[in-house]
Amino acid sequence: MARALLVYGLVLGAGIAAGQGAAAGQATVRVAPSRLQGPHVLAEQTEQGAIRDYLEAWKAMRAALDQNQPGLLNVDFVGTAKDKLTETIHEQAAAGIHTQYRDRAHNLQIIFYSPEGLSIELIDTVDYDVQVFDHDHSVSTKQIHARYVVLLTPAEVRWRVRVLQAE
Amino acid sequence: MIRRFAIALILFVLAAPATIAQGGSLTVPDSVAAGSAFSIHTSGSGQGTLYIVGLGQVIKRDVQLGDAAFIAEGSLHNAGQYLVILTGNGPTETQTLAVTPAAQPADLTFLAKPSRLPVGLHDGITGAVYVFDAYGNLITAPVPVNFELSSPSEPAQTRTVITQDGAAWTEMNSTAHQGSDKFVAHVGSVASTRIVGQVPGDPCGLQMTASPADQRKVKLATAPVRDCNGNAVPDGTIVTFTEAYGNSQSTVDVPIKRGVAEVEMPAHPGAVISVASGVVMGNQIHWERP
Repeated sequence: MARALLVYGLVLGAGIAAGQGAAAGQATVRVAPSRLQGPHVLAEQTEQGAIRDYLEAWKAMRAALDQNQPGLLNVDFVGTAKDKLTETIHEQAAAGIHTQYRDRAHNLQIIFYSPEGLSIELIDTVDYDVQVFDHDHSVSTKQIHARYVVLLTPAEVRWRVRVLQAE
Repeated sequence: MIRRFAIALILFVLAAPATIAQGGSLTVPDSVAAGSAFSIHTSGSGQGTLYIVGLGQVIKRDVQLGDAAFIAEGSLHNAGQYLVILTGNGPTETQTLAVTPAAQPADLTFLAKPSRLPVGLHDGITGAVYVFDAYGNLITAPVPVNFELSSPSEPAQTRTVITQDGAAWTEMNSTAHQGSDKFVAHVGSVASTRIVGQVPGDPCGLQMTASPADQRKVKLATAPVRDCNGNAVPDGTIVTFTEAYGNSQSTVDVPIKRGVAEVEMPAHPGAVISVASGVVMGNQIHWERP
């Protein structure tokens, strides 16, 4: 428990220090102790880095979907997740839509660190609001509670989101 | 006449709000499989706009309220949570729709390590698999994954592992014989193969013999250098010969050529000559004048 709280404090601190917006700063982040399958030991620094980068990815995703700018995904997303989000942004732009995602709570748990160290899988139970705009006219707002399965893979200096999928 | 007019007026007044406020309402399935065809039923009359909005996809189309909006096979194919929004001439209605991964695996991401290792290592090879459907969605429902490590000279090692949240992993032993082994992950008819090179391990039972080369030199030669499983240690592996006599010591590093290492060293009577490769020690010889 102490470890979970420590990570929580560090991650939230990192998020605020990184200058996240008000919505992100208010998001509650809870990290449950890892429930790892696999032989690989997950160092605390690795865990903290992965979670920090994942929360940064949410920040980038929010901005990209709000501004319909897929280029904002480049740093934090790769592979399937990047392709799908990019396509979504193109579809939004074509339809005259943009969306605002405001994450209110993240409940995180790392569940798999692959033996060769090239992927981390985590579960994030997220509470967030989605507001849909059609040509800047608000169409609908809805609160969502969803369980996300996330795959992260290492890049040069950070973890990138390769799969981001709600159930 | 007046009575008929009054009845007609009452009926009109009662009916009017229903007609004017007949914005749409939605009937949406709770969940659908990715890529499957389904319908969203609307009620009301007039024109409306249907939005399906999620992180994975966005669909917007005009609909005739009262009709069903048909979502064709393959149209909504990215798994995730979606908002289904209907706007019309009345209040906007919003519901949620879960798109789940298709049940049929179509692709694997197979991470195997290492690509090359010494023979005979227990749990020396690891493999991890993520299972995806035809649309690139991670299949999070449990799926059996068969891992098989096969070599030409030994029976295959097999493991069956059930995925948890889309992932499965295993460990395998490297085999006793050098060569290229196939490491295969199967899910149903989908397979992914990696080649794992197995190289000889450290030398085992390193032995040398000594014979006079001439009056001043002794010729040292190892027996064919092999690992503990009998695999020839590759040429180029360094063998170190050390000769100690009195307070002096000479050391020569020699690469293996054609399976053996050979060298000539000064023939000092009473010298102690030893051989090693890395941390593996071989035999010792006390050299006396022949």
